Amino acid sequence: MLMLEKRPQPSKIWTLAAPLLAVVLTMICGGLLFAALGKAPIETIRTIFFDPLFSEFAWFYRPQLLIKGAPLALIAIGLSFGFRAGIWNIGAEGQYIVGAICGAAVGLAFYPTESFLIFPLMVIAGVLGGTLWALIPGILKVKFDTNEILVSLMLVYVAEQLLASMALGALRNPDGMGFPGSRNLAKYDSASSWISENAGMHWGVVAAMIAVIFAYVTLSRHQFGFNVRLAGQSPRAARFAGVNPKLLVLVCMGISGGLAGAAGLFEVAGPAGQISIDFNVGYGFTAIIVAFLGRLHPIGILLAAGLMALTYIGGEIAQSNLGLPGAAIQLMQGMLLFFLLMVDVLTNYRLRFRQETTV
Amino acid sequence: MMDLSAINPILLLASLMVAATPIILAAVGELVVERAGVLNLGVEGMMITGAVCGFIMAVNSGSPLLGFIGAAIGGAVLSLLFGFLTQFLLANQVATGLALTLFGLGLSALMGQNYIGIKAPEFPDWHIPLLGDIPVIGPIVFQHDPMVYVGLAIVVAVWAFLKFSRAGLILRAVGENHEAAHALGYHVVRVRMLAIMFGGACAGLGGAYLSLVRVPQWTEGMTAGAGWIALAIVVFASWKPMRLLLGAYLFGGVTVLQLNLQAAGMAIPVEYLSMSPYLATIAVLVIMRSGRAPGSLGQSFHASR
Repeated sequence: MLMLEKRPQPSKIWTLAAPLLAVVLTMICGGLLFAALGKAPIETIRTIFFDPLFSEFAWFYRPQLLIKGAPLALIAIGLSFGFRAGIWNIGAEGQYIVGAICGAAVGLAFYPTESFLIFPLMVIAGVLGGTLWALIPGILKVKFDTNEILVSLMLVYVAEQLLASMALGALRNPDGMGFPGSRNLAKYDSASSWISENAGMHWGVVAAMIAVIFAYVTLSRHQFGFNVRLAGQSPRAARFAGVNPKLLVLVCMGISGGLAGAAGLFEVAGPAGQISIDFNVGYGFTAIIVAFLGRLHPIGILLAAGLMALTYIGGEIAQSNLGLPGAAIQLMQGMLLFFLLMVDVLTNYRLRFRQETTV
Repeated sequence: MMDLSAINPILLLASLMVAATPIILAAVGELVVERAGVLNLGVEGMMITGAVCGFIMAVNSGSPLLGFIGAAIGGAVLSLLFGFLTQFLLANQVATGLALTLFGLGLSALMGQNYIGIKAPEFPDWHIPLLGDIPVIGPIVFQHDPMVYVGLAIVVAVWAFLKFSRAGLILRAVGENHEAAHALGYHVVRVRMLAIMFGGACAGLGGAYLSLVRVPQWTEGMTAGAGWIALAIVVFASWKPMRLLLGAYLFGGVTVLQLNLQAAGMAIPVEYLSMSPYLATIAVLVIMRSGRAPGSLGQSFHASR
């Protein structure tokens, strides 16, 4: 009979191997899914995972990888702090939206003045917006012991309505002939987050890199990182070590909200260009997958964000070239998280074949 | 111009019962799951899968009843995935629940892509004789479609099951302290798997109520957070079935009222009114100091430990 036996310590090998195995399993199951949808499985898998990097049009797709990967990495890095400490902010999508709204509002307020100060101000507003939005569930948890999962998620729906109201009302382009949506910030030099549009470089990519390094140093070298890990692995020990659990909740929520807000701001001032009703495309939720796939480790998250960006771009190629439904990609991303959680059992447990013996 | 007289209080209360039904169905299922010590955050995913399964089944068979059966099966099958991961592979319940929601949203969008814009078969209201003829109360309580009463019946059944039956006692024991329940010889994993499937089936029914009765159409992401609100209402209800009704009606009331205010042309922009059910849910979570959660809620059980 197949039995599970708890390992004294999580396996180092499986910690690294589990995400890779999960990706392979997802490719296999994804292939079966595509075959069931009447597409050639191997060609579709190749289109999604390899064409954006190695096909003859890869020069066009590679910059896209940065554009899609940056917000995912930025948000996931923020989430990883909380997830490690057992604080579940799953409303990053809402914080992303609010960050974008606040940042864009500052930029639009200055239109058409040109100054090098405008963009930094927008970044500050974006980070602040996201942070405050995330602190709502944080403060409610600390003060009233409400569940942060539910509150942060409810606030996503609130933020979506707020976005619609802004796109149709306060932030609508006065010269837009009544169409919903704000002015295009990417075309407003002082507010644009682009560094080089052709290379896919914008300030969000830079911020993501900084966040990765910052998170790596914090988690491995700083007292705060130690406290976060301790609180996650043993809340009781953390309390004895003098970790203030309430402060930890606020800081973790604040960090994740701030980074999600920044991601929203960089997106609205660059790749998206404007506040519109359908501005958000689910990065905040996909970032949850990215955070887990990257094992809540900064370097891992960077790689996972790259992989997820790949499936987005490859998915778009497969959609236009092979007629693959967009939902199939979404399903595949969900599948990836499932497989990861499934394979993860091997990190903490050992499989044993045991003969039925008399006890 | 706003015209409050256009809002008919009897119709308002009647539609409140309808608006609350999907939440009641999903929440009562999750309540049983949580009383067994399992936190399944995938309610939204199971609901939307139920919505699409029920819709496909009902459109193809022409029978809403078969649709609801299909939805319950669809929700239960999806919940098995959660059960397998959390009960046999001991995966983190929070992460697995989130995965279930993301997976369910993708799956339902894929399954439903050929069903957009079709109307669901008619699901007639019951006009209960005698009771339905009572003035005021009749139209409010006794002139709805059968699923409204099925939802209420499930709540009462769950209440009785948990309070009076031996199986209910075992389920509660498993949820309060799985080590002790295991030591007494109860099959913790088996009880939990059954509870998870029940929760999935109920969430599926709730989803199908949206796609077959309340809307009645299939659109992507149509549950719009109803599953999460159901989760919130379980907390609000302090894991007690009867209090769950109160929470669901409160939520249904806010939803119906804001829709009526939108229709009446209230001076507040539509977007702010649409926020109100979510804000009300947050307010309820804050105001209600919730009771004690089941002791083993959210913890994996492994017999070797």
